[in-house]
Amino acid sequence: MRIAPTFHVAYRALRRNKMRSVLTALGIIIGVGAVIAMVGIGNGAKAQVEAQIASLGENVILIFSGSTTSSGIRTGWGGAGTLKIEDAEAIRREVPGVIGVSEEVVSTTQVAAGNQNWFTRIYGESADYFDIRQWPLADGAPFTAQDVRSANKVCVVGRTTATQIYGNENSIGQILRIKNVPFTITGVLTPKGLSPQGVDQDDIVVMPYTSAMKRVIGGTTLRNINVQIGDPAQIPAAQQQIISLLRQRHNIRPGRDDDFTVRTQQEIAETATATSRVMTVLLGAIAGVSLLVGGIGIMNIMLVSVTERTREIGVRMAVGARGNDILTQFLIEAVTLSSVGGIIGIICGIGASSVLSSYAHWPTLISIGSIAIAFLFSAAVGVFFGFYPARKAAALDPIEALRYE
Amino acid sequence: MNNGALVRLIDVHKVYRTGEMEVPAVRGVSVEIKRGEFVALMGASGSGKSTLMNILGCLDRPSSGSYFLDDADVSGLDRDQLADIRNRKIGFVFQSFNLLPRTSARENAELPLVYSAQRLSHAQLREKADRVLSSVGLAGREDHHPSQLSGGQQQRVAIARALINEPEILLADEPTGNLDSRTSIEIMAIFQQLNERGITIIMVTHEQDIAAYAQRNVIMRDGLILDDHAVAQRANAAAQLQQGIPSTV
Repeated sequence: MRIAPTFHVAYRALRRNKMRSVLTALGIIIGVGAVIAMVGIGNGAKAQVEAQIASLGENVILIFSGSTTSSGIRTGWGGAGTLKIEDAEAIRREVPGVIGVSEEVVSTTQVAAGNQNWFTRIYGESADYFDIRQWPLADGAPFTAQDVRSANKVCVVGRTTATQIYGNENSIGQILRIKNVPFTITGVLTPKGLSPQGVDQDDIVVMPYTSAMKRVIGGTTLRNINVQIGDPAQIPAAQQQIISLLRQRHNIRPGRDDDFTVRTQQEIAETATATSRVMTVLLGAIAGVSLLVGGIGIMNIMLVSVTERTREIGVRMAVGARGNDILTQFLIEAVTLSSVGGIIGIICGIGASSVLSSYAHWPTLISIGSIAIAFLFSAAVGVFFGFYPARKAAALDPIEALRYE
Repeated sequence: MNNGALVRLIDVHKVYRTGEMEVPAVRGVSVEIKRGEFVALMGASGSGKSTLMNILGCLDRPSSGSYFLDDADVSGLDRDQLADIRNRKIGFVFQSFNLLPRTSARENAELPLVYSAQRLSHAQLREKADRVLSSVGLAGREDHHPSQLSGGQQQRVAIARALINEPEILLADEPTGNLDSRTSIEIMAIFQQLNERGITIIMVTHEQDIAAYAQRNVIMRDGLILDDHAVAQRANAAAQLQQGIPSTV
């Protein structure tokens, strides 16, 4: 059997019923286009979440002040205030592989300078914070370990806060009043944009945690401790050591719940990407249903085509076509329909997702892999839904087929 | 065993089953056809001639008995093997032409080559098709579609298609059934000319005057051969055309 003429025959058969072929392919075009666009949107969202999780810093372990249960009421993270400054120092001292620790307290309050004021978040941190979060300064200098020890009245501000208070003016060296305490601004952080939760990460004031606890927020306990580990391979061991260290320090007896929570960045990332993965799968599945409907359309048209061309099949068999030749011919027709539809669908899907990203500002990500899978899948739809009609054609009895009116 | 017969049927039976009923269509036919013969197979409808034709054309298998084609027993072959035999050894001409619609005469004629074991280039296919089309008098009409051709021309395309693989036998099933009398004579002229070049022709017909163009008439009734005789006064189609037979039905 010659394959090239078979392609030619398939092409001609499809061209003969142009409208029908176009409509049949349209089912596949819409299906594949939808799959490409939906998976693109899902992957785009996932990539965005991943990038933002990575911006938390590398190899970071987060320890949250505990949830304790008191009379059956659980307080939630940070509610109990169980983490002490001494806990952070113990971690710094005793857990191997630790390269940075930042004690963290958080509050929201009003800040003011001149006749401007702004309501923003105050982060008390150690000098390691900027390394841990991988958050360099755009301008100026961070506060130092000495500033932390002395609880100096210095701070760095995020871009949003700086703009809200000082406009376009240079904010470095300016005095910012926080709860009527004057702080000197030593630097401005590089902008980070929105967090996965939609919070503006640049609307922030970062100061030594000692200053924050003593002069702004008050209190003696930390909300959380950020720990950075040098070697990612050491993270699980470090996590275990932190847990046992803190249990020991907090005198928690075996069998009782921790009064703190330890999370690695990995775990946080997994939760977040699992969510967006579910979204991608869901979107892809919905789009996949339309691809399935397109495939059923192909099957329908191929069945009609086999019936219409029964006599042609009879003639082909009479002049020596084997069952397999007929099967191949109709399969090629179905696969041509579906894969041409698939290629056009891929182009439409790419177009649709670029329209979505430019007008709706949705991040979309179309990989070569998803294009290849979409194409192979559309071809597979042709084979799957074309097989039954093609086999029906191949199984025809030549005498019956020649007599068919 | 080998006595020069191209076709040898030995006690061929064909029984159709419709539910519980067994309907015998061919009830023990033995016949030999030599290479180069022009045989007309005749009989009323229901006589079994179409069934016999299907068996001769390897479209169907006998229920019992043997069919030797070119000294090879083809009665036990499977579907694919029969398809190959049809492709290599048999050319079909049908009453209703059975050309592919919206397909040029050339491509219709090329059709058997598409399923042939020999690998020809596109140019070779084309050249072969054009040559065989011109041999049946269709030079210049290679690109016409069946709808643009008269009945006689369509039947010539079908003959060209039957001949393109240089078959052993040309099997024609009522080839003039859909044609007027003059065109029928033209087709018979082609058949006689082909036969003179050595091609074996077996033609089913129920028309006495068409059967007169053959060398030998085999008449069937009730699934059996009733009569088998050489044609005494053979009609010469080419001569009739020269004398100008009026084209009346």
